[in-house]
Amino acid sequence: MPHNELPKLWDSLTPGPESSGRYLVGIRAAVRLDHLARGSCLGGRLEELRGRCVIVLTGDQLVAALAFLELDGVAARIVLAPSELTPDHLSYVLKTAGVDAIVSDLAAPRPAWPGVASFLSCSTVAMAGAGVKLRDVETEWVLLTSGTTGRPKLVAHTLSSLAGAIPESRNPTGVTWSTFYDIRRYGGLQILLRAVRTGASMVFSDAAESATDFLTRAGSRGVTHISGTPSHWRRALMSPAARCIAPQYIRLSGEIADQSVLNQLQSSYPGARVAHAFATTEAGLAFEVNDLREGFPAELVGAPGDVEMKVEEGSLRVRSRRVARRYLGPDAESLASPDGYVDTRDLVELRGGRYYFVGRRDGVMNIGGWKVHPEEVEAVINRHPLVRMSLVRTRKNPITGGIVVADVVLQNGAAAAPELQDEILSFCRKELEPHKVPAAIKFVPSLAVSDAGKLTRTPCTT
Amino acid sequence: MPSTMSIRTEILEQFRRVAREQDKSLAPLTDDLALFDSGLDSLCFAIMVARLEDALDIDPFSSSEDARFPVTLGEFIKFYEDAAQ
Repeated sequence: MPHNELPKLWDSLTPGPESSGRYLVGIRAAVRLDHLARGSCLGGRLEELRGRCVIVLTGDQLVAALAFLELDGVAARIVLAPSELTPDHLSYVLKTAGVDAIVSDLAAPRPAWPGVASFLSCSTVAMAGAGVKLRDVETEWVLLTSGTTGRPKLVAHTLSSLAGAIPESRNPTGVTWSTFYDIRRYGGLQILLRAVRTGASMVFSDAAESATDFLTRAGSRGVTHISGTPSHWRRALMSPAARCIAPQYIRLSGEIADQSVLNQLQSSYPGARVAHAFATTEAGLAFEVNDLREGFPAELVGAPGDVEMKVEEGSLRVRSRRVARRYLGPDAESLASPDGYVDTRDLVELRGGRYYFVGRRDGVMNIGGWKVHPEEVEAVINRHPLVRMSLVRTRKNPITGGIVVADVVLQNGAAAAPELQDEILSFCRKELEPHKVPAAIKFVPSLAVSDAGKLTRTPCTT
Repeated sequence: MPSTMSIRTEILEQFRRVAREQDKSLAPLTDDLALFDSGLDSLCFAIMVARLEDALDIDPFSSSEDARFPVTLGEFIKFYEDAAQ
């Protein structure tokens, strides 16, 4: 085994008393990990998938997790299909990744997809003794991210690059992880790997379940550690079911964690440690921030260590063993620069010994020639005590080309009065340059959040 | 459809509001006031146009084919009034 290769995921499932209290819990079923360790959920057909390129295409996240556990070390490649993959994108992914087998809890497609020779059913019922003995393949894990053209990009990782940041300590006493993320996304997969490798249990979310139902279920399963994007959390805190969970640890990632969401989480869950992490599917996990402040300490940049970071042309660049191997596809661009750094395209600004995220290179708005990052304006609006969350966008304007406008969701019980619009605007004027202040604020009941847990941004509205 | 009186009132109110918000000193609002001399800059006008669209549901700049930007306050008001017809 090369020195940097991790033990297979399956090896974390030791049959015996140590694993007897460990569960993976989906919306419909729960699986005891010691039962899984003695069998297989693939109906005795796992050996057929040795060295093959397999897409895991399931409705249920629990079934997907079981398939990942079994396939790591057996399949040459596992492609993780998130729940919202469209048929168009699916055929593109099958072709680009060279998929020749499907593992699914859905009905087999008729006619079968071209090039896909096998269709295997996976369920939550482990058939005793049906597993395989030999797990010697270094499996490639392929994650999908949204590309700029709308077609997903296929990002190839190994278990080592994905799980490299997870401490090896096995300290299972009563830890139950959960996440708002789909585990087929980088942020969610991180939590699954963490739960499995550290001897914990895990509760999965489900695309068809409301935030309230999920929180209620997570609470009833005694979730202690839970992760999501700031948008996931803002939405969760609007639900009365937010009181159903009593986490010890809360983790944010995937979007900028501004001070207001950190404060709201700390005051809603005074017993919890609140941390925010920075990771991208391509760059992997770069760092975690545990001091309850937005941004991150400047000394992380330029410091030697497992993860090296630099800032060039305003954007954060990351080099480490957690960086993905490459993009898949015949015309795939290179994922990292020749010196191994991945440009995250996240723009940062240095202020008083700390770096702050100001937005995405691709998301910058142009207001009469000035650049405005929507995230910067949202962070200010979100600091208003009556605001839960906001979305800043441009509206076409005959004078300046575009003008900043904001959709705002208020805290529970706050009245959507015109005076409050004025108050939020004057709050913005104190904090922001004039061209960054919204021309208009609209109160809305909710904001769309994508399946990846991020605020849905549309390029420009009229 | 807003009346011509309410259009005028709304526009004058927005001039005052934007000037107050942006800390600009506003010239006396007469019909022959050149917009260039009103004390408002282009960002102020951009904000005003966006707000007038919300308040009056009129966007004369996109609805009129040969939109020539009005030069005086009187023309600006008439621009909106015509678009409301």
